[in-house]
Amino acid sequence: MSDFPETLKYTKDHEWAKVDGKRVTVGITKFAVEQLGDITLVNFDAKVGDTVTAGKTFGTIESVKTLSDLFAPIDGKIVDINKELDGKPELVNEDCYGKAWMVVIEATGDLSDLLEVGAYAAIVKAAG
Amino acid sequence: MTTENLRRTSLYEAHKKAGGRLVPFAGFEMPVQYTGIVDEHTAVRTAAGLFDVSHMGELELRGQHAAAVVDYLVTNDVSKLGDGQALYTCACNEQGTILDDLIIYRAAAERFLIVCNASNHAKISAHFKQAADHHCDYEDRTDATALIALQGPKAFDVLARAGSDAAKLVELKSFHFRDAVIANVKTTAARTGYTGEDGVEIFCAWNDAPALWEQLLELGKDLGLKPAGLGARDTLRLEARLSLYGNDIDETTNPLEAGLGWVTKLGKASDFIGKAALTEIKSKPLARRLVGFEVTGRGIARHGYPLRDLEGKEVGITTSGSPCPTVGKNLGLGYLPTPMTEVGTKFFVDCRGKNIDAVVVATPFYKRISK
Repeated sequence: MSDFPETLKYTKDHEWAKVDGKRVTVGITKFAVEQLGDITLVNFDAKVGDTVTAGKTFGTIESVKTLSDLFAPIDGKIVDINKELDGKPELVNEDCYGKAWMVVIEATGDLSDLLEVGAYAAIVKAAG
Repeated sequence: MTTENLRRTSLYEAHKKAGGRLVPFAGFEMPVQYTGIVDEHTAVRTAAGLFDVSHMGELELRGQHAAAVVDYLVTNDVSKLGDGQALYTCACNEQGTILDDLIIYRAAAERFLIVCNASNHAKISAHFKQAADHHCDYEDRTDATALIALQGPKAFDVLARAGSDAAKLVELKSFHFRDAVIANVKTTAARTGYTGEDGVEIFCAWNDAPALWEQLLELGKDLGLKPAGLGARDTLRLEARLSLYGNDIDETTNPLEAGLGWVTKLGKASDFIGKAALTEIKSKPLARRLVGFEVTGRGIARHGYPLRDLEGKEVGITTSGSPCPTVGKNLGLGYLPTPMTEVGTKFFVDCRGKNIDAVVVATPFYKRISK
């Protein structure tokens, strides 16, 4: 069954966000990983320094079966990208809350739209 | 997603129990995967996999003129079949494009079984029923018939444990079938499949399928047999370059350009629907062909992605594409203009607006080493 760490914030698009002041690390949730299956490619369309908008895509993730967009959970500027996923997309299956973080965004706006774990778990339950 | 009007096979509970993720497919709730596509794919290539394909359509034509009716509806030569023998074929319309791809089984001189795709069941059953009218008996046996595919290098090791009759199925030749008792269940077993591996496809009564399924999984457990879903079925068939109706072939494609000339017998004794059109098509060079390709850039070709020449001009379309676990590459099938179909020809796959490098390669992408 999916697990969702309580220390993280979430979005309805099944991304997680670890908030550390203005620095927000972003990845996809265990539920998203389970839906996608075996991850084979992570593509970042945005690069370090690019501005991203909440709800807009910054890349794509592909599994054997399908392709899914990666959405920025907040407004901000990309300050780091996980280059390791280029060669090792399987890290997303292995450790989606750890080694498979995707980008770090420096927030420029409000973070209040991010969901607490309870609200996100309810969305997952409804989807399941 | 509404699942209200979806049908279930008799193995629905077994799929749930095995942790299968059920998705709508051709009007049925079918398992797309259990443990994961790559895991199941690898099990089929290295050990064995068990697939529920009970959603497929089974039609029976019986009578003195059944053979003639079937031969008139399909491109391959049904008159060449002996009892207990099967063949792969297309059924075309008058324009020579493909209504469905089928397997025809000759049980006896006056009894034929036709297996069609679930997605085409309504169309094909109506087509065969109409053709049979006043000529031979027609029966749609889909609701009474379950179909389980046991595929992989260990498939016959599993059957060796399923009773003395089942153990002898290893003697069955490719594309032959016979009645067989497997794990005390009355079945008809055919040495056919859709994975590129050796194995059998087993027909049995709808309600006997759960007992057969459970027993085979139990017998094969320590050999590495696993239930496998539609996801693995797709990657396995793609590596073996077996066509998927609705992707690689449909009513806009003809068998000749789809690489199915080998089942298109323009010279057979019987006339057949589409013969005139296909004869005309064959008299001229083909404008396009279905080819296999490897995506050499960072991208995965998916069904419907445009194919572009090196100038960026759209020249073709991807019909199937996926990362392929055994080959270890991102592969695809697609239609390209004939001059671009030589192995080694470079082109682009337009992956959502990005031109990704690809090259035409020989197919099948994967071929098992025969014993």
